Parts: sequence; C-alpha cells; structure tokens
Amino acid sequence: MAFAFTQDQDNFRHMVQRFCVEKAPTTETRKLMDTEAGYDRQVWQLICGELGLAGIHLPEEAGGSGFGAVELGIVMEEFGRSMICAPYMGSIVMAGTALSTCATPSQQQRWLAPLLNGEKIAALAICEASGEFYSTHLHCTARISSEGWQISGEKRFVVNGKQADTLIIAAATDNGPRLFVTESNATGIDIQQVETMDPTRKMADLKLSSVDAELLGQDVPIDLDALQNLTLVALANEMAGGAQALLEAAVEYTKLRVQFGRTIGSFQAIKHKLADLLLIVESAKSAAYQAAVAFDNKEDVSENASLAKAATSEAYLQAAIDCVQLHGGIGFTWENDTHLWFKRAKSSEVFMGTPAFHRERMLQAMGD
Amino acid sequence: MDNLITQARQWLSENWDPDLSLVEWRTKLAETGWATADWPEEYFGKGTSAEDAAEIAAVFQEMGIVGAAQSGVRMLAAATLLEHGNDTQKRKYLKRIITGEDSWCQLFSEPGSGSDLAGSTTRADLKGDEWIVNGQKVWNTSAHHADYGLLLARTDWDVPKHQGLSYFIIDMHQPGVEVRQLKQMNGHASFNEVFMTDAVVSRDNLLSEVGNGWQVAVTTLAHERRSFDRIRGGGSLAEQKGRIYDEYRKELEIDNEPYKWYPQRAGRVDLILERARETGAINDPVTRQEIAKLLIMSRSAQWTAARARAAQQAGKPQGPEGSLGKLAASNIARLAARVHTDISGADALLTGAASPHDGIIAEILVSVPAVSIAGGTDEIQKNIISERVLGMPKEPRFDTGPFKDVPRNSVSGKWGAS
Repeated sequence: MAFAFTQDQDNFRHMVQRFCVEKAPTTETRKLMDTEAGYDRQVWQLICGELGLAGIHLPEEAGGSGFGAVELGIVMEEFGRSMICAPYMGSIVMAGTALSTCATPSQQQRWLAPLLNGEKIAALAICEASGEFYSTHLHCTARISSEGWQISGEKRFVVNGKQADTLIIAAATDNGPRLFVTESNATGIDIQQVETMDPTRKMADLKLSSVDAELLGQDVPIDLDALQNLTLVALANEMAGGAQALLEAAVEYTKLRVQFGRTIGSFQAIKHKLADLLLIVESAKSAAYQAAVAFDNKEDVSENASLAKAATSEAYLQAAIDCVQLHGGIGFTWENDTHLWFKRAKSSEVFMGTPAFHRERMLQAMGD
Repeated sequence: MDNLITQARQWLSENWDPDLSLVEWRTKLAETGWATADWPEEYFGKGTSAEDAAEIAAVFQEMGIVGAAQSGVRMLAAATLLEHGNDTQKRKYLKRIITGEDSWCQLFSEPGSGSDLAGSTTRADLKGDEWIVNGQKVWNTSAHHADYGLLLARTDWDVPKHQGLSYFIIDMHQPGVEVRQLKQMNGHASFNEVFMTDAVVSRDNLLSEVGNGWQVAVTTLAHERRSFDRIRGGGSLAEQKGRIYDEYRKELEIDNEPYKWYPQRAGRVDLILERARETGAINDPVTRQEIAKLLIMSRSAQWTAARARAAQQAGKPQGPEGSLGKLAASNIARLAARVHTDISGADALLTGAASPHDGIIAEILVSVPAVSIAGGTDEIQKNIISERVLGMPKEPRFDTGPFKDVPRNSVSGKWGAS
C-alpha cells in the first residue's frame, strides 16, 4: 500500500501552509483564544472564499470541490501544525459533512450553502450527557406531532456550539436515531460555552426542551458510526500536524540552548529523545495518511480511522510532554508557545473517544 | 528491455538442463552473464541496470530455473570486488562466487570494536611480499565453512583511525586462522570468532589502496541489507525434482542455517492474533489493548516504509521516513515479545519443545534482544537519525588524533580485552 502525495497535493499543502504562516502566527492565536467567538471573521472569509477550503472534501453536487479525505487531511494537518483559530472542525468537518451526507438537495441549498461561503457557522451535536461519543442509545429524543418534530435532551462537547447559527442534532426517534437541523436561536435551546483546557477549540453544552426542528433527509436510519469516521480521519491528520510542530520546536530550541559550554542538542540524552520522537511522529503521520486513503477507497474505514485516532492521540501527547521537557523551565511558562499545542493534544486525546476506546474499536472492526 | 527479457527466456529454454550439476550449469551462466546481468560485460554480466536484472531474475523464478549462488556473504564480496577490486582480482574470484564453489565470510567486528568499527586493532604488517595478520574478529557468519574472508585490518597506527585501515581478501584455509563457533543466548550458533596468528595474505590480495580500507568497508556495509533481502528468494524451487535441485537445496540449507531464527528475533507479530485466539487471551481487555498497540505500531511502520518507497519511486528526495525502519523494528520486536508473554501466561517460562507453538514462542522471547544490536545498535541508530535527519550537533570526539594515541576500545573487569 504505497503512499506518496502528488505534485498537486504538495502544491496545495504549500498554499495552506503559507496562509497559516501569514495569517495565523501564535500572536493571533493568543489574541483570538481569549475572545468568546474564538476566531477572526475576515480570516474565516478568506478560508471559505479565496482559498476555497470550506467544501474541499464535499461532492460538487453539494457545493464542494469534489476532493476527498486525503485533501481534507492536508488542510487539517497544516491547520493542526499552525494552531490556527477557525471553526473548521465544527462547521465544515462535522456539520458540513453531516449535511452533505444526510440532507436533501433543497435542505443542502438552505443549510449547507451558507456554511461553505462562510456566511454562517454550524455545529454538530452528537455526544450526550454521559460523555460518550459513540452511544448506540441516545437519550436526546425527537417526537413528531402535527406541528412537526420537537427535540428534548442534552448534548455535550459541541464544537463551535456557541458560535453556530445552525445546529445539527442527533436524537432518538421511535424508529432509531436521526439527524435534525434547527436555527440556534430557536425557542427552547440553551447554549452554554464550556471552559475547555484548550481555549482555541470552543465547545458548548446544549439543553433542548421541545425545540422545533426539521428532519434531515428522509426518515431512514442514519449510520452515526460512519459519520464519525471522517471526523476521526480529520482529527488524526490535525494531530499529526500538531505533533510535527512540537518536534520542530524542540529541535530548534535544543540546537540553540547552551549549557555546560555546549548546545544541549549535542548531548545524546537529548538527541536520542528527539530520534525517538521523530519515529513516533512519522509513524503517526503514516497512520493518519493511511486512514485518509482508506476512507476515500472505502476500505476498512472504521478500522483504519480508529487506528489513526489512537496512534495520533498518543503521538501528539508524547510530543507535547517531550517538547515541554526539552525546553526545561521555559517550557512550563505561559509565555512559551508549547502549552498551546500541549492543551490541544490533551483535549484531542479524549475528544471523539480515548485511545483505549479506539484500540478496542479497531480490533472489533477487524472482527476480533 | 522487452527484447532483453525475450532473449533471456529464449536462452534459458534452450540451455536449461536440470540434470547438470550446479557448477556445470552456473559456469554456463557466468560465461553468458544471464544470472548477474547488472554486472559489467567483461566480468560475467551483461551491463544492464539493476531494474532489468531484477526482471531477468523474475524470469528465472517463473521458469523454475536455478540462478547464481547468492546466499551467504558471497554477494557482499561480489559487490565489494566489483567496486574496488582490480582486474586480476575480479577475474580470479567473481566466477567462483557465481558458481558457488567458493564461500565467503566477513571479518569486520572485533571484541574491542563493535559500534566503533573503525577502532579495529587487528594488525596487518607487510613483510616482503606478504602481509602478516594478527588479531581477533567476532560475529563472523559462515566463517566455519568459508574459503575466503573480507578482512578489515590496521596497517598504519600513526594516522587518525579511519585512515589507517586496509581491506584484504584472506584465505581461510591456513594454519594461522582458527575459527571457533560462538553460541548465542538463544542456543543457536550462527556466528564465529576468528583468531588470526601470523596469518598470511599475499600482496595481490589487498583491495584498493593501503589506508583506503574504511571506504571499501562502507561499500560492503551498504550492500549488506540488500543481500539479506535476496537470501529469502528461491523458495519456489523447493519442490522441483532433478540432480541440480537436490544440490541447490543442500546449498541453501547450509547457507541459510545461520538465519533460521531471524523471523523470531523480529517478534513474529504475524502469530499474535492466532495465539491470542488459541489461548483465549483475545477475550481479556487488558491484553486486547496491548495487542492493538502492537498492531498499530507494526502497521504504521509498514506504511512508513511504503511512504519511503513511494517517494523514491516518484523521484522525491528522501524524507525522514526512510531512516526509521531499523529503530521501528526494534520497538516492534520488544513489544511483540511482551505481548506474546501476556498471551502465553505461565507457558512463557517453558522452552524447547515444551514451549507453545513448537518452541517458537520461547525462541521469540530469547531472540528479540538481537534486533536492537545486530547491524548497528539502537543507540548508534539514534545518533545517526538525530544528526543526519534532524541536523543535531555531533558529540565532541576524543579519537581524532593519531590512532596510537587514542584511548583503546575496551570493556573493564571480567570482559576486559587487554
């Protein structure tokens, strides 16, 4: 299973990379993470408009660019490397994909199109009060009456929930789980932004009491598991990018720092740690790339997505721990940028399921 | 290219005769160049590219035809001779490498120079027309049945270590050379120690120039990996009948004997799920986690290797992914040994036929420690990765002056090499 990026994909990566270097230095990240919105509207407009990244992985019929998970992975890897503050994960990867997969053409026109041109933000609410991302039994329920569907229940860890104009909610019906869509300002919705360790990825809790909502697509069973796989692939690639950034920072710093009359990077104790870390980071990249290819080829998607999630979670956290350690005291300060990635690593480790959960999911997907 | 394949096919179908002896058949191959097509035309080859030679080798496989003797250290010797040998040396040795009449061994490592190979203290002193060799070598695969050795020895003690080495071909059948088998912790004896006491090498058997031994050794080492890949070929001829096949199988048995535990030292990840189902460990949630970690590590390493190959094929410069395979293999082997232990439980304390899977499990557990040492320790590998891939600064060195003033490589106490 050979894997190499094409020249076009390399060029695409460089474009995203240049954009991030220019528009998302950590000075910007630090400014935006302290705001309630957590992102810059003008930069978001550029991402959706000029760069055309919003629908990169969505089919052209849905208003996307018709590329796949590999290209989405490139965007995520570079975004994860730069720590750019943008509602890409919530509005595009999660909500956008759900709309593109489940909504009717007219629903896509109404709900998806404004996401892709950056006019509106949406969020996908799946996780329940239990904190499980893969619950087969949803407590949030939808009831139908002559007035239409009404949803009641609680949702947690909704990425970009507070920023969203549109909410997509997974709820149980008498015939199984379905997805519903509603405006975020509909009556009966209480949205509270929660304090997350990683302030660059905003999340909210939702309380819904008899909220009017529209069923997405036809009244047929939805495969939440399959829907989650693309998010896992995107998250894995984002984490691989973050781990790469931490490795680069550690290499750069240990080449500069002088103690005992020599750069600390000339000590084997440091060099060996970095060599180990390089192996960990490259292995994580391989797993993330493979998961994207498998998703596009529809081959063992759950198995590869969970493998990549577990691998990149562990690698990212290891890179974060090592990067703080290799910086010594300065690495533990607020002033040093390492903690931005450290907190994203910690948050991503458990978001969408812990590594242990995904190792088990992988084995089960293999049939063992 | 297609033309070449057609020619190969035609020549083979006209000349192949399984009732010939191995040497008779391979003499024909050496004279025509078909078995070693990427060697120069004047030296038993056809001057083709390596890719074309691989295609031709595939025709041999497909037609079930025996090729040149490739196993053992022969191909390392050939590659080194082709690059650094003079005309006389190439004519004298290369043909008998192809026919398999001569067997070779490598005489590089010493008790006092393992990772620091250039610290070799085996000495060669020129007396008249002969070099007189004294010293000890170790980890010499196949030395006990080798006809010739590829010898690295010090010829100048007044220059820095890398500049004072020379490279020789030594006749292993002489009174000054004593070979003793070296038994490993896993019970196999795949290597030897070679003691040289006033052993003799004629002046004609110096390879390249005096003092150029390190450069020649680097060539040999660079081919080492490739040759080990080749050893694994030849399996499809296992069932064929005829005199030549019998001789060929016997040759393979001797040449591959030292490597029969190599799959076990890599950890046998391929057996993990099968064993876990067999013992019921597949139902234990803790063991499942460890199994999954191992599979993730092992697959990621395979994909990293695939990325490296794909980048190479696409003509891209080598990225970091190309240098990590050896270190990854050590980590995988170690973890695999642990998971095999978890799966086997108390049975992991058994050995020999009593050990699960016909003794394979025990052999894994006591063979894995070799992976992170053989062919360069993990520690040396990490130095290389950090310096060449990440651009980290080198350690300060204390061995750059004339070799006679450099502190000797040794270990202290019981293992002292004084």
